[in-house]
Amino acid sequence: MDLGPTEAQQMLRHSIERFVAEHYDSAARRHAMRAPEGFKRDNWRRFADLGWLGLPFAEDIGGFGGGPPEVAILMEELGRGLATEPYLSTVLLGGALIAQCGSEEQQGILLPAIMNGELLLSFAHHEKDARAGLSAVRTMVRSEDQGWTLHGRKIAVLDATSADVHLVSARLPDQQGRGLALFLVPKDAAGVRLREAPRLGGGRVAELIFEEVRLPANARLGTRADVLPAIEAVIDRAIAALGAEAAGLMRAMFDATLAYTKVRNQFGRPLAANQVIRHRLADMYIQCEEAQAMAARAALLIGNEANATERSLLASGVKVKIGRAARYVAEQAVQLHGAMGVTDELDLGFYFKRLLVFEALFGSVDFHLKRHAALFGNSPPGMRSNDVPVIHF
Amino acid sequence: MYLSFTSEELRFRDEVRAFIASHLSPELRRASSLNVSFFSDPDIVAPWQQALHERGWVAPGWPQEHGGPGWSAAQRWIFESECARAGAPQLSPMGIKMVGPVLMRFGTTEQKNFYLPRILSGEDRWCQGYSEPGSGSDLASLKTRAVRRGERYIVNGTKIWTTHAHFANRMFALVRSSDEPRQQDGISFLLIDMKSPGITIRPIMMISGDYDVNQVFFDDVEVPVANLVGEEGRGWTYGKYLLEFERGGGVNSPKLKHALEKVRLLANSDLSCRAISHPEIASKLSEIELDLQTLEFAELKVLSALQRGENPGPVSSVLKLRASEIHQAITRVGVEIVGQNALVEETRRPLHALENEPLIPEDVLSVVPRHLNGRANTIFGGSSEIQRDIIARQVLGL
Repeated sequence: MDLGPTEAQQMLRHSIERFVAEHYDSAARRHAMRAPEGFKRDNWRRFADLGWLGLPFAEDIGGFGGGPPEVAILMEELGRGLATEPYLSTVLLGGALIAQCGSEEQQGILLPAIMNGELLLSFAHHEKDARAGLSAVRTMVRSEDQGWTLHGRKIAVLDATSADVHLVSARLPDQQGRGLALFLVPKDAAGVRLREAPRLGGGRVAELIFEEVRLPANARLGTRADVLPAIEAVIDRAIAALGAEAAGLMRAMFDATLAYTKVRNQFGRPLAANQVIRHRLADMYIQCEEAQAMAARAALLIGNEANATERSLLASGVKVKIGRAARYVAEQAVQLHGAMGVTDELDLGFYFKRLLVFEALFGSVDFHLKRHAALFGNSPPGMRSNDVPVIHF
Repeated sequence: MYLSFTSEELRFRDEVRAFIASHLSPELRRASSLNVSFFSDPDIVAPWQQALHERGWVAPGWPQEHGGPGWSAAQRWIFESECARAGAPQLSPMGIKMVGPVLMRFGTTEQKNFYLPRILSGEDRWCQGYSEPGSGSDLASLKTRAVRRGERYIVNGTKIWTTHAHFANRMFALVRSSDEPRQQDGISFLLIDMKSPGITIRPIMMISGDYDVNQVFFDDVEVPVANLVGEEGRGWTYGKYLLEFERGGGVNSPKLKHALEKVRLLANSDLSCRAISHPEIASKLSEIELDLQTLEFAELKVLSALQRGENPGPVSSVLKLRASEIHQAITRVGVEIVGQNALVEETRRPLHALENEPLIPEDVLSVVPRHLNGRANTIFGGSSEIQRDIIARQVLGL
């Protein structure tokens, strides 16, 4: 057993740290956030040059061959820097779905384009009635004239503003409404309408409306009868990565709060000299440590899970444990900064908002606690096999 | 002990309801409901204050001799409850609930005659000059200085978190007029014309995107000695009197009930895909409802004590603390209720007059800014840490 980072992992962390220090000071970040796409393309090219866009992809197709631990390192450090680049949408969601479901030909064309920074994606899956349920898709597709016609509406689509291609989930008609498939929809296809807005804490979020959008036959990603299990797997792994990002965000908030309470004097002494403040800081520290441990554990195990149940337990564990810790640390960081904490003068508010986004994405703490309970609480003694049914969202 | 209202009080309630029905327009109600700041913008407040002023109902707590309605505690409760229930705009407390009562108690006849009617009519808009960059919780360490020269004070220094300084034409301020061994001594309470030369205002943006507060700088600002309230050097006493009003002088449960009702309706609506069907959301709403019932009863007990001529005691810190926590619980469950719609950040203001249609319905849109602004509830007017200190010292004698 060795839970310390490998040399390669340390080098990766250092290179990201350097990048964040050089490119994500407060002014640059605010500037980037106000850009129409919510981030700067220059940075995206640098991501490509540094090989980060190929981080989770296999070496034989030109990737870095990293796994969830490397992705976690990247996400944690980018989180500290409040990066707004669409890494989640393009690489962790879009890229992963293509790698998992795409035909050989599709993978051969699309993955290199992702890795060299030319192709940006959005993953359009959630719908109005969904809340956290991944199976609640009503967007329909029908086969027509050797192609497809897509009709439906997606909400909470991250980074659709900058995406060249939207990966859209839709129901196939010949499966009695059960089979889900993914379609590659170019941003400028006729009948695609984008309504978008700033996303909380940076980036963009959109609603995508598809009105009888005609697509060629090869627009369907792969040929699986149902991609829902693949979507669940990809989202579970994305949750693990987001947990690492949240741990980075929390740590940055904690560091700022610790520094502030040492220098802010009231009643003739630093705030941190008061026992109530010291205990609060100690509790925040504990939450940060736990979040980091949970994130590291999930990163280590989620690539090697024995089955879907184990993977889902890991992801839901991340959402519950880190979600609660994030709420505590974020709220207390603001509280201990006093009125300064609720202003836009510090970067604290961005971290606060980004942690709210972590809570809101892919199901709430309560949802994942129920999911965990359904998988864990109801399993027979020692049960850790494929016999445990996968609980669909 | 009984909780029901008399038939006279019920008649009064009907009178208030009728007034609200005929004077609170749907447009004003909508604007007020989309107002996510603590204080409503003047354009929302002005027409409502005008209507209340014509009826003599601007300042429920003021005695008749100063232009108040001279209501009993029960009537005030009924009035506040009905206004909150209807979603009426909240008048700025800075004149009516803060400087007004100080002037009634400590001001000269000239000051009362000049300022009080202008508060009621809305002609004067007040802001509060208390906190300074180095003096937040430790307010008595304030450094803004007033040096007397003849019939004027020359004021230098800076105030911060000054809500609506950019709308106000007057400020009541605590300033240091002399150095004394005890820092609470040597503080004076001054009324400052915001148009005086030497005043500059720097906006401070909130994390929600709202612009409510400012930093105000004083550079050799001249203030006539006639604008001193009470005695020079006794300002701390007057300021504390005012803070008691800020903390517990009003009742919070009526507007909290309205806020809870709004998120409960949201949870029952298609806008949240009926979030109420998730038992954990329903349980959270119930927990808040129970906290709120308790707070309401505690507030009623205070009113009842006042009505019997008793001193309710130092309970205001308890009420302020709980009200702020309940407020935050309401805004937080709101965020959970809207689910992934919480991802949308709308920083344009005011929400009731957006140029083009927002990405998500406006009732959903206002939830996140309200949550972000709500974090300030446990900070301003004495942070929760300070309130617990006050309870430990003044109530428990520790």
